[in-house]
Amino acid sequence: MKDKEMTAQQILKPSRVFSGQAIQKILAFLTLIVMIVFFSVASPNFFVSDNIISILLATCVNGLLALGVTFVIITGGIDLSIGTVMTFASVMAGVVVTSLGAPLWLGVLVAVVTGGVIGSITGLLVAYLRIPAFIATLGIMMITKGLSLVVSGASPIYFPAEYKEIAVGSLVGKVIPGFSLQNGVLIFFVMAILAGVILNRTILGRYNFAIGSNTEATRLSGVNVAGWLTAIHTLSGIFCGIAGVVMSSRLGSAQPALGQGYELEAIAAVVIGGTSLSGGQGTISGTVIGAFIMSVLTNGLRIMGVKQEWQTVTIGIVVILAVFIDIYRRKKQR
Amino acid sequence: MGETILRMEGIEKRFPGVHALQNCHFDLKGGEVHALLGENGAGKSTLMKVLTGVHKKDGGRIVFMGEELGALSTQKTQAMGISMIHQELNLMPHLSAAQNIFIGREPRIGGVFTDEKRLNREAMRLFQMLGLGLDPRVRVADITVAKQQMVEIAKALSFESKVLIMDEPTAALTAREIEELFKIIRDLKARGVGIVYISHRMEELMEITDRITVMRDGAHIKTVETASVTTGELIHMMVGRTIFEQAKESGSAKREVALEVRGLNTRVLKDISFTLHRGEILGFAGLMGAGRTEVARAIFGADTITSGEILIKDRLVRIASPKDAVRCGIGYLSEDRKRYGLALSMTVEENTVLASMKSFSRVGFIRFRETAKTAADYVSMLKTKTPGIRQAVRNLSGGNQQKVIIAKWLVRDCDILIFDEPTRGIDIGAKSEIYKLLSELAAGGKSIIMISSELPEILRMSDRVAVMCEGRITKILDIKEANQETIMEYATQREEKQQSAKEN
Repeated sequence: MKDKEMTAQQILKPSRVFSGQAIQKILAFLTLIVMIVFFSVASPNFFVSDNIISILLATCVNGLLALGVTFVIITGGIDLSIGTVMTFASVMAGVVVTSLGAPLWLGVLVAVVTGGVIGSITGLLVAYLRIPAFIATLGIMMITKGLSLVVSGASPIYFPAEYKEIAVGSLVGKVIPGFSLQNGVLIFFVMAILAGVILNRTILGRYNFAIGSNTEATRLSGVNVAGWLTAIHTLSGIFCGIAGVVMSSRLGSAQPALGQGYELEAIAAVVIGGTSLSGGQGTISGTVIGAFIMSVLTNGLRIMGVKQEWQTVTIGIVVILAVFIDIYRRKKQR
Repeated sequence: MGETILRMEGIEKRFPGVHALQNCHFDLKGGEVHALLGENGAGKSTLMKVLTGVHKKDGGRIVFMGEELGALSTQKTQAMGISMIHQELNLMPHLSAAQNIFIGREPRIGGVFTDEKRLNREAMRLFQMLGLGLDPRVRVADITVAKQQMVEIAKALSFESKVLIMDEPTAALTAREIEELFKIIRDLKARGVGIVYISHRMEELMEITDRITVMRDGAHIKTVETASVTTGELIHMMVGRTIFEQAKESGSAKREVALEVRGLNTRVLKDISFTLHRGEILGFAGLMGAGRTEVARAIFGADTITSGEILIKDRLVRIASPKDAVRCGIGYLSEDRKRYGLALSMTVEENTVLASMKSFSRVGFIRFRETAKTAADYVSMLKTKTPGIRQAVRNLSGGNQQKVIIAKWLVRDCDILIFDEPTRGIDIGAKSEIYKLLSELAAGGKSIIMISSELPEILRMSDRVAVMCEGRITKILDIKEANQETIMEYATQREEKQQSAKEN
C-alpha cells in the first residue's frame, strides 16, 4: 500500500485545503471588501477617518454580543436574552457606582459578573432542566428587561464623566500619538482574539464543537455535556456584561429601556459570518466580519441618504441571502 | 487462539411485552473472531448492548478477564476494554478524526488548552498501527464511511480494547474496503484482541470468523466452528422454525397486470423489474438494508429514479412525487406509521379523509356530514376498534391505527397498495385480523405489495415472493417454490456470487 510508506511527518505536514467553511468565510470577507469599495466610490464621505472611527465604534457593542453568542450557536442553541442581559448588566453597574458610590472598576466588575451569573442561570435552564433554548432565553429576556426597569426606577442612570473614558478614551493614542483608536474598539478586538483562542485552543472550545456536532455521541464519550453547556452560556453572559460596560460608557449612562433588538442583530452578524444555526460549525473571524458587514452596510446606506426604514429592509435581505448561500453550499457539498 | 476472555451466562432481558433474551450464553477467546448470526430481531444487538452497558441485564452473569462484572455503563465498559462499533457510527462529523478519537480525554496543556500536536501525533500512531494513510486533522464529515469506521476502530484501539464488537461493519462498504477491513481484523486478531462480528453475509462469515454462534428469537441455538459448517446448515439453524404456515394457492398468472416496473434504478436500487397483477399479493423479502423499502419509495415517487419505467395497467406513467403516485392510484403504508402514516393528534374521521379532502369539500369548506358518514362506514367495514370516529388516533392500538391508514387509502380509491411491514409493532391477535383484511382486499381486486422481514408472514400471505439483496431483486419465487431456506439463500446472494452462478 502506498499510503503506508508515507511517514508521519509527511502526513502531518500542513496542507491547505479550503473547506466549505473557509469558502464561506472568504465569501463574507470579499463581500465586506466589495461593500467598502462600493460605498467609497458612491460617497466621498464614506472612506474618511471620522467615518471609519464611527463604523468601528458602531461595531463594537454588537460585535461583543455576537462573539459571545457565537459559542452558544455553535452548540446548536440560541440565546435571545443577550440584548437585555447587556442592559441589565449596565444598569447594575450604574446602581453600584451612583447609588452605592462604589469605584468605577467595581462597577465594571459588577456588570461582568452580572452577565456571567445570568448566563449561568440560562445554562442551567437549558442544560439541566432541558427547557428549549428558544423559550428559556425568551423568558430570561423578559425577566432581565423587567429587572432593568425595576432596579433603575425606569429612568436612565448617569455615570460620572470618567466612566466615558472606558470606551471612548484611547489607550492606543497614548502609546502611539496620532492614532487614537478608541478603547471600545480595542476591547472588541482583544476580546475577539481571546474568543478565538478559547474556541480553537481550549477544551471548552473543543466540547463546544462536539456538542453542536453530535450531542449524543459527545455524551457517550463521557463528556459532561450539561456542565459544559452551562459553562458556554456563562461565557456568553460574560460577553454580554462586557458589551454592557462598553455601551453604557459610550452613552455615559445606563439606559434601562434599551437592549431589546440587539440580540437579533448580533445573531444576524453570527449567521452572516457563516456560523451554522444547526450547530457544529462556526468561526470567530466570521463573526467579526459579519459584525462589520452589518455596521458598514448601515453606515454606508445612511451616508448615501437611504432612509432608516430602507436600511433595515436591506439588512434583512442580506441576512436571508447569507443563510441561503450557506444552505445552498451545504446542499452542493452532499 | 488464546484464553477465554469473556463469558456471558444465562443472560436474561425483558422489554415491556417482549422476552428479548432468554438464557443466552456466549464466550469469546483472545485473538478470535466470533460471529453472531441470526435473523432481524433474533437478539444479537440486544445481547451486545447488554455487554456494553447500553441495556441492563435482568439476569445472568458476565465474566470478563476472570472477574464478574456488576452494573455496567458504556463508559465503564469502554474503560475496561470492551468497545462497540455501532451500525450508525457515533462520531462528531464536524470534528477532525483525531479530535473524535480522543474526545473527552484530550491531552491538555495547563489543564485548559488542548494539545493539538500531541493529539494528532497519538492519532497518527494509531493510524500507522492500522496501516491507515489518513490525515488525523481531516474532518470526519469529509471522509468515506469506510474511513469513518477505521476512525472508530482507532478509537477502540486507543482504549486498548480487548473486546471489539462490530455490528454489521461491512453494510456500507465496497468490496475493496471490505478487504481492507479484513486485513485490519486479522491484524487485531494477531494482537490478541477478541472480535465479535455481527453480520448476515454468509461468505464474509466463512472468510473471517473462527466460530459462529446462531441466535433465534432471543435464544442461543448453537455455537459451531466455522470450518466445520456449511452455509446451508447455518441458514437452517437461523430459520429453523418447524411450524410452516400453509402456503396459499397461486392463481395470479392469468390475471391482468396492474403494475409493471421495468429496469428501475435509483441511488441504491439496481435494475428492478417486476409485475404485479390485479388481486395479487406480491411479497418482498430480504434482509435489513436490502432495498425493499427503497423500491416502495421509488415507485411512490418519494425517491428520485435515475432510470426505468413504471406502467400502470399497461400505460406508461411518470411519477415524480408522492402526489403523482396517489393520482395514479398507488397508496403507500409506511412501516413507521406514527411518523409517516398518521396525524396522531387528529381523529379517526379526520385521518380517514385526509388524503381525499378535495372530494369532501365545496369551495374550500369541508362537508362534515359526508366525512363523518364515510369514516363511520370504514370503521364498521374494517372492524376498527374505536370508541367513535371522533377519537384521536393516538389512543388506538397499533392494529387499529393500521386500519385507519388502510381506510385512508381506500377512500382515496387506490388500486395498488404498498404495505411496508404491515404488522410491525402489532400484537399477535391483531396480526391475524390484518392478514385477513389484506386477503379480502386482494380478493376484492386490489393489488398489494407487501414488504416484510418476517418470513412466516411472507409465506402465509404472498402469491409470489420477490427476494432482494443489496438493491437487486435476486429472484422472484412462486409461492409453491418458496420456503424459508430458498428465500434466505436468495436474500444472501451477493452480486459476485450471482454472476459466477450465471457463468457456470
